[in-house]
Amino acid sequence: MSKQRKAVALISGGLDSMLAAKVIMEQGVHVEGINFFTGFCVEGHTHAIREHNSSKPNRNNALWVAEQLGIKLHIVDVIEEYKKVLINPKHGYGTHMNPCLDCKIFMVNKAKQWIVENGFDFIITGEVIGQRPMSQTKSKMPIVSKQSGADDLLLRPMCAKNLPSTLPEIEGWVDREKLYSITGRSRKPQMEMARNFGIEDYSQPAGGCCFLTDKFYSAKLVDLWKSQGTKDYELDDIMLLKVGRHIRPKPHFKLIIAREEGEGRFLQGYKKEFISLYCSSHPGPLALIDGELSAEDIYFSARVVARYGQGRDEEQVDITVTEKDGSERVIQVKPFTKEEVPNEWHV
Amino acid sequence: MQVLKETLNARRLLCPLPVIRTQDKVKQLQPGDLLEVICTDPGVMHDIPAWCRINGHTVLETSSGNHEYIITIRVGE
Ligand code: SF4
Repeated sequence: MSKQRKAVALISGGLDSMLAAKVIMEQGVHVEGINFFTGFCVEGHTHAIREHNSSKPNRNNALWVAEQLGIKLHIVDVIEEYKKVLINPKHGYGTHMNPCLDCKIFMVNKAKQWIVENGFDFIITGEVIGQRPMSQTKSKMPIVSKQSGADDLLLRPMCAKNLPSTLPEIEGWVDREKLYSITGRSRKPQMEMARNFGIEDYSQPAGGCCFLTDKFYSAKLVDLWKSQGTKDYELDDIMLLKVGRHIRPKPHFKLIIAREEGEGRFLQGYKKEFISLYCSSHPGPLALIDGELSAEDIYFSARVVARYGQGRDEEQVDITVTEKDGSERVIQVKPFTKEEVPNEWHV
Repeated sequence: MQVLKETLNARRLLCPLPVIRTQDKVKQLQPGDLLEVICTDPGVMHDIPAWCRINGHTVLETSSGNHEYIITIRVGE
């Protein structure tokens, strides 16, 4: 009997990677999933933080996909290593701060290391030629294979017929004839495949698999780097960029104001790292201040925070200021009007 | 054989980090061992049981209160 071949599938939680894994499973290959957590993944966080974002199912799609497929999923923390990809991408950024090509190379390289350590034979991804303008063109495919070191151990079942044969095809571990030749941005072929496989429920992320393809998130990241004077970050920094309203009235400080209760609770967890403010005379949100502040700046910030509470139309409200050591004081301020908080302050 | 019961503090971590920490901890345990994971992200109530189902571990108990979520897992084969 021939040896049972094993493949690891990069699972993002979207439809394409789900189908790619399914196609290879159908050929009798043992497939397990791998998912890399960079810190920017759309999965997880926002639903955990924001209470009312109920339009989407409250689940981690990568785990959900693995469960639908009946395969194991290995989630790998690559937060630290990913920094060098994002901070200095050899192939540059996409439309926003997304270093998609470098990111793909990095992930396939990690998968290559994983298959070597775990005795697997090859790697599959859900890439489709022409699907994304930057990283999934036909000319970029060999770059990913080569620079990741995966070479012909990287099989893309969704568009394999448009690409040179890989080792799994040459060796007959998979039948090339049963692979696909999907190109372009249309989602129709994938939907048709899903129907044929009896897959009815799946997620279709619009922009990409991470926050770096989001215009507003990217703007906040650029603002963070500009204000720090260095391109660097810690996990807490990039988590906080996902939460609340970010308002920078002056170059040396920024306010992060919760937009609802879930965010407020999340920000509570940072009260030892930041000075925090909330309106104590009226209902209102919790805000953190990031930066070194003078007494005048704190007073100014309190007026901004007052603007977002229910006392916004009052002549005067109480704002409680909590220092990092937990000591509190109350100051009275007049809330800013809408016009006094100009759009340019919103990061 | 003695059954080990370990506790993992995953407070303040957001999904999928509690899942990743659980996964890494489970790797160090033996089948039959118990692991109690304490979290603050409500997302774990979906994600950790899903992770257990696909990887062959059993969720023995879940509880919540005071904005904490506790999940007890028995490590599978
Ligand atoms: S969208 Fe994000 S995770 Fe996906 S390839 Fe681009 S940078 Fe990487």
